[in-house]
Amino acid sequence: MAIRCVASRRTLAGLKETSSRLIGFRGIQTFTLPDLPYDYGALEPAISGEIMQIHHQKHHQTYVTNYNNALEQLDQAVSKGDASAVVKLQSAIKFNGAGHVNHSIFWKNLAPVKEGGGEPPKGSLGSAIDTHFGSLEGLVKKMSAEGAAVQGSGWVWLGLDKELKKLVVDTTANQDPLVTKGGSLVPLVGIDVWEHAYYLQYKNVRPEYLKNVWKVINWKYASEIYEKECN
Amino acid sequence: MHLNYQKAEPSIKLKTHTDSTGVCSPHLSLKLELQSQSMAASIAVTANYVLQPPPYALDALEPHMSKQTLEFHWGKHHRAYVDNLKKQVLGTDLEGKPLDHIINKTYNNGDLLPAFNNAAQAWNHEFFWESMKPNGGGKPSGELLALLERDFTSYEKFYEEFNAAAATQFGAGWAWLAYANDKLKVVKTPNAVNPLVLGSFPLLTIDVWEHAYYLDFQNRRPDYIKTFMNNLVSWEAVSARLEAAKVASSSSA
Repeated sequence: MAIRCVASRRTLAGLKETSSRLIGFRGIQTFTLPDLPYDYGALEPAISGEIMQIHHQKHHQTYVTNYNNALEQLDQAVSKGDASAVVKLQSAIKFNGAGHVNHSIFWKNLAPVKEGGGEPPKGSLGSAIDTHFGSLEGLVKKMSAEGAAVQGSGWVWLGLDKELKKLVVDTTANQDPLVTKGGSLVPLVGIDVWEHAYYLQYKNVRPEYLKNVWKVINWKYASEIYEKECN
Repeated sequence: MHLNYQKAEPSIKLKTHTDSTGVCSPHLSLKLELQSQSMAASIAVTANYVLQPPPYALDALEPHMSKQTLEFHWGKHHRAYVDNLKKQVLGTDLEGKPLDHIINKTYNNGDLLPAFNNAAQAWNHEFFWESMKPNGGGKPSGELLALLERDFTSYEKFYEEFNAAAATQFGAGWAWLAYANDKLKVVKTPNAVNPLVLGSFPLLTIDVWEHAYYLDFQNRRPDYIKTFMNNLVSWEAVSARLEAAKVASSSSA
């Protein structure tokens, strides 16, 4: 079943700058799907436009919708003092909220080649990578191997441990954010290894996806986060 | 808890098998006599780490599950679980053991050992192919329907509960109809976990890993689940498994 790739960015909500909005008299803050900073087809051939469109418009949108629903239900449960309802909602909030957060990071972790995607990191992040992993190739090899080894769904991350001031590579299951692996971990680069992230193009060959995704990794963004957190 | 579907003495065949390096090694294969019949594979927990083909051609489930899906899902994913399991147990004390033994051992009360994923997934996928048939789906009849009505109040309520379990298993996993303590129940499990390790007899399963439906349905898992229920379920296989499960649980009572 072929899906036509939409050539232009789709703005699914009016607000471009903010990804949240206030609704209701109580002012509960809910969320909207952030725009991609590039066209769906702009990451080809590393990631197909078909995948980008479905991944953004369907998967990420579903997390946002379900997160908002869970937050509204939580608001009601809290105001009613319904403790068991509050507890029951936690897994929906965790799955969908984290799904929204992780994917929002992911879109920024990617960039078209003509906007710097794939360009190696310079500056302090570049040096830190050489220090901790020997070279960028060393880091790429490690992250690709760990990403390929994730059983089921999850993410592979390059993170900064703010306390220990070192870079770490780790994986998380499902939509668990990196912080579940360590309270002082800040995500710099996350690569989605859920099958929906690559299946239409790479099928069962996740290692091939992991080999190619590096061509569109946006090291400029990762460097910005790193420099901000180090100061 | 040792779970299998065999009541009578299993027929044990001692096979010798020469591997690619010319080394001859005995493999103990435990198979029920019934196994040679098409339905029997659905009730036996096979010890051979063999990639059994589905009991129908790869295009036989179209248009509900495409040939392309079967080619990848069976031909690549399932095959890899079997091949990787063989490599993983080689030279360990798991080598040559029945598959259900490996699954229970490596489940390790939830603290999974490395071979669990491949072993359980090899089992789960064979069970899955045999849970489907061309022109399947719809409502069962006879004793199975009566039991579903008894334990879920109606087939429709069972359908709803099974669909909900399959739709809400977050990430990768499976939804099951299972039998334990003389009751039918719906269970959902993450990743490779199956009811064998949770103390119940699997009767029916649907794979909800994204690779099971992504080529045909993309993100639309609920549509995939409905299609499975309406058009693919082999109630004959479920009934046969239920019979075997009742026999097995009464003999171990």
